[in-house]
Amino acid sequence: MLSVRGATKRFGGATALSGVDIDLFPGEVHALVGENGAGKSTLIKLMTGVYQSDAGEVRHRGEVVHFPSPREAQLAGIQTIYQEVHLAPQLSIARNVFLGRERTRFGALDLRRMNREAAELLDRYGIVADVRRPLGELGLGIQQMVAVARAVSTDASVVIMDEPTSSLEPREVDKLLEVVGLLRQQGVAVVYVSHKLDEVFRACDKITVLRDGRLVWTGATRETTRRQLISRMLGREASDLESGLRTQLGNRRPPADQPPVLTAAHLQRRFVLEDISVVVRPGEVVGLAGLLGSGRSETVKAIFGALPLDSGTVTVAGHPLTRATPASRIRAGVGMLPEDRKAEGLIPELSIRDNIGLAALPHFSVAGFVSRRKQGEIVEVFMKRLRIKASGPDQKVAELSGGNQQKVLLARMLCLNPKVLLLDEPTRGIDVGAKAEVQTLISELAEKGLGVVLISSELEEVVEGSDSVLVLRDGACLGSLFGDDISEDAIMNMIAGAAEQEMVADETQAVAQ
Amino acid sequence: MSSVSTAATNESADVPPDGPSGERPDQRRLRPGQGWARFLREHGVYVALGLLVLYNVLFTAHFNNVATIQLLFAQLPPVLLVSLGMAMVIGTGGIDLSVGATMAIASAVMAKLVAPASANGLAQPIFLAITLGIGAGLVVGVFNGVVVAVAKVQPIVATLSLLVAGRGIALVITGGALVELFVPFLKVIRQGQLFGIPYVMWVAAILTVAVAVVVRRTTFGYRLVAIGGNLRASVLAGIPVRRTLITVYAISGVLAAIAGEIATARLRASDPSYIGLLVELAAITAVVVGGTPLSGGRVRIVGTVAGVVLMQMLATTLVAHNIPNSVSQIVEGVIIVAAVYIQRVARSSA
Amino acid sequence: MTAVPTVPPTVPPTGQPVHLIPAAEHGSSARAARARALTSLISRNGAVAVLILVMIVGSATVPTFGTADNLRNTALAASFLAIIAAGMTFVIISGGIDLSVGSVYALAVILSAEMSKYGSVAAIVVPILACVLVGLVQGFVIARLGLPPFIVTLAGLTGIRGLVFFITNEGNDHPSVPGSQFFETLGTGSLLTIGNPVWITLIVFAVGWWVLNRTAFGQAVQAVGGNDTAAGLMGLPVRRVKMTVYAISGFTVGVSGVLSTALSGGGQEARVGNAYELSAIAAVVIGGTLLAGGVGSIVGTLAGITLLYVIQNLIVQGFNLNSYVQQVVSGFFLLIVVVLQAVLSRRSASG
Repeated sequence: MLSVRGATKRFGGATALSGVDIDLFPGEVHALVGENGAGKSTLIKLMTGVYQSDAGEVRHRGEVVHFPSPREAQLAGIQTIYQEVHLAPQLSIARNVFLGRERTRFGALDLRRMNREAAELLDRYGIVADVRRPLGELGLGIQQMVAVARAVSTDASVVIMDEPTSSLEPREVDKLLEVVGLLRQQGVAVVYVSHKLDEVFRACDKITVLRDGRLVWTGATRETTRRQLISRMLGREASDLESGLRTQLGNRRPPADQPPVLTAAHLQRRFVLEDISVVVRPGEVVGLAGLLGSGRSETVKAIFGALPLDSGTVTVAGHPLTRATPASRIRAGVGMLPEDRKAEGLIPELSIRDNIGLAALPHFSVAGFVSRRKQGEIVEVFMKRLRIKASGPDQKVAELSGGNQQKVLLARMLCLNPKVLLLDEPTRGIDVGAKAEVQTLISELAEKGLGVVLISSELEEVVEGSDSVLVLRDGACLGSLFGDDISEDAIMNMIAGAAEQEMVADETQAVAQ
Repeated sequence: MSSVSTAATNESADVPPDGPSGERPDQRRLRPGQGWARFLREHGVYVALGLLVLYNVLFTAHFNNVATIQLLFAQLPPVLLVSLGMAMVIGTGGIDLSVGATMAIASAVMAKLVAPASANGLAQPIFLAITLGIGAGLVVGVFNGVVVAVAKVQPIVATLSLLVAGRGIALVITGGALVELFVPFLKVIRQGQLFGIPYVMWVAAILTVAVAVVVRRTTFGYRLVAIGGNLRASVLAGIPVRRTLITVYAISGVLAAIAGEIATARLRASDPSYIGLLVELAAITAVVVGGTPLSGGRVRIVGTVAGVVLMQMLATTLVAHNIPNSVSQIVEGVIIVAAVYIQRVARSSA
Repeated sequence: MTAVPTVPPTVPPTGQPVHLIPAAEHGSSARAARARALTSLISRNGAVAVLILVMIVGSATVPTFGTADNLRNTALAASFLAIIAAGMTFVIISGGIDLSVGSVYALAVILSAEMSKYGSVAAIVVPILACVLVGLVQGFVIARLGLPPFIVTLAGLTGIRGLVFFITNEGNDHPSVPGSQFFETLGTGSLLTIGNPVWITLIVFAVGWWVLNRTAFGQAVQAVGGNDTAAGLMGLPVRRVKMTVYAISGFTVGVSGVLSTALSGGGQEARVGNAYELSAIAAVVIGGTLLAGGVGSIVGTLAGITLLYVIQNLIVQGFNLNSYVQQVVSGFFLLIVVVLQAVLSRRSASG
């Protein structure tokens, strides 16, 4: 159906993709896996006309094709569903489904027909929604399903899904995989990009592994095992995996029985947080577990004063905090590492020095003037201590790798000498080596007596790193686990149990985790 | 700022974003072959200014005499002061369209206070009048800052409303008329010199240095640039965003007020419907030509000064060569686009 | 411990396929959705509501305001800027801005008068084509070269004004329409006692509404304004859409300029249309269109521009105040509207 030969793409000096081949066949689901920066996104963008390749060719139905823009690729029947939903939130669902290929009568939109066909289409995939409502009023999951519906409503011969489940709940994932099955039956060639190996093994016929922009392996799903796949993705021997995959968070002394350094009590915000309380002692790591949208990030943002609360109190080292602003919380000794590094953390055009020193400016200012010398000393200390790899403190932070950017943000908080650190996904999107370093660092900080609140989508990180775990769902606390009780199973059971109770009426859909 | 955000999106669309590209440290690092593009982006305004001076020295009669330079010095200060404030505001990712109206208000306040009772004035001493005129600029600036930082209205609309209303306010203050001023001190401002350089030029130079020091060396300057670079990150880093933004707009208002008073002194009258007319466009042009990106996160003071001088000298040059004003306006338009285009080309190839 | 849904689901799922969204989230998002819908209703129709209110209060308190003559004249005076604001609405919804409209308007006014000696057709077609061309050039620079619209149209504001002065011999010529030409009836004529420009304005807005809400192009404009990268990934012709909206803006400005010359018979100064961009943008924003792009209402724009003129008229009729007080009132009215919009949209965003 679609085949790529020797695809190569360079950005500036770096090669993002070099000589990659991939063949897609009708009625086959082809998984594309690899670590961050392996070249998956680049390969997809070459196939869909977003980028133009520097070498190699793309053949569609046997003929060499060239797509100067995504529009041409879509006209040729190649549809893409992106990781973040890329639709127009202010337009109605029906208008979104038909955006770019509207149904018209005498030059005008045939709204009645569009609404009817969109409703039928969504119905076919079991989605309940009023197609005349603006898309933006719906949850992310249902928006993603509309994007899928949009893609399959055309006579697509190839459907590419780039991390389609990254913001979906388990039930929604099941639904999506059903749709993938339908597509396979209809003879569509599907490319399925995912980090989640479960889904890959459940839904895909073939797997292609990329690493560092090169093709590592391609073959049938049944001919491989998870372990082999992981070792190919990471480029290590399978025997190394046992030690390599484990996080660097474990093996700490349990925290001393001291008065809590942070007490957040009865945090309440309508529709977001429902009576959540968190207690952290010095040297303790408290994990917040739960699925996406369970209120994890909202909880730490509320503690940090970045999310207004309806009620609830936050006490740090015995002092109740009144003003709910990040600035006052920082002064009180709270530091936060935001979830979205690029949007909420970095000032990309500024240097490492200025990024690290940003929050601590008053500490090295005299009468409002910044002392470059003092700033430089502190920045140097933290660059060494956190092993930030850069050409120097004046390098732009945008030029650093994800792991080093994360360390810069950590350093920004650490140079304030905080009592409590709120870490929201500290290891997301950074490579394996940097991940281990960051994990080690978190352990060290806790050993030195900091109170840490840790959020991670990777359960094993929470399980191995935390002294106690709070399990959240729908903005409410399901319960907490301590010490040896903390395990992935226990957390999963808690979440799944709550879900089951809620769905007693519907046995067929009960999620069996 | 719709235009600005669109610009930013455009840029990111052309620079390959590639989701996880953060893992490739040297991807965006410059290669030596692209040095010229970067050079033009960073120094284009100086090159253009140098070429223009060279051209004038060679081909324009009477260019290299003291009178020409003194004329330039006399014309520069108001636009320069306004541009400095504008550069700071643009550095935060905002824009201040109200500067021209602020000049008019400051001028009107000063005139109302100092004018004799026979001219409907309050007959107050000139120094009080000057101070209160600057105070009016401060009030306007703080007002803009509050609307932008507290009410969180887009800067372009927030300051647009004062651009519409401000000149009306100035006319209300003067009673809708031009107020002629016969104050000896204004003559000092107009004609006074120190070491052969007009007082107003000294004032402008001192304020330029002051603004440069504030932007480069103070906590406030660091914060200003950070806010322009990433607002949400700045909030989460505990920066007092409101206070910083209000201060930036207040400084812009004060600088505009000083510019308005200097312009009044030159004109020997307060004419609210003329003073500072279209200065916001001249200032934005100078700042942008000087290499400060409209998207914020960076303030180039020396570049802004060069931008002001360049645009002013261009106008004088064209006049000196008997080119009609209309054509020089067209040329000005082309230069604005060319300047931004060069910066953009340089950025996307970098 | 169980997660109790904070709000009962608003849509009972009985006998229907399973909801993809968990009940609690559905409930809260439905509540939030209602809040959003309310906000968008207010911001979209706020201008209409305020307009009606002002009209009622105005007619009740100022005797000369409600007279047919006065309303006719106000409508006629407002129609030129209204047509410009219609095109501006397209540009702003697409995420751009057009600062050049005042200068381009002057170009149309002067060209129309200059061309009228070659007949009515030339007086209509040439200026409109010239304005569309200006729009296309600006659109090209914005869409193809990727420069910020604010800067490009700022250059247009300066450059085109220079061009107008160039054409008019540095502003010394005031070309007028020789004799009486057919096309002047477009401006001076009337139908059912209401001036032709008012009817043309209504036609422009009707067509504009249709294009924006009932054509594929209109959908594309809104999608591009919401997020142009996303629109590109969905296969929409982003660049063509961007170029087209500036051409539309040029077209409406051209129409407005021709009508102005048709009404006045020429003789206008080269300075004409100065600061029109401010009034047009103000009207669009008051009408509920977000400057950020993506969301907007062309009906709101019509209400916005009418509101500006009605308030001016009331000040003159009722309080006998000077034109500069009108400026103050218009400016603060704009301010109140944008502050309200900002506060309302924040409140709805926070649930």
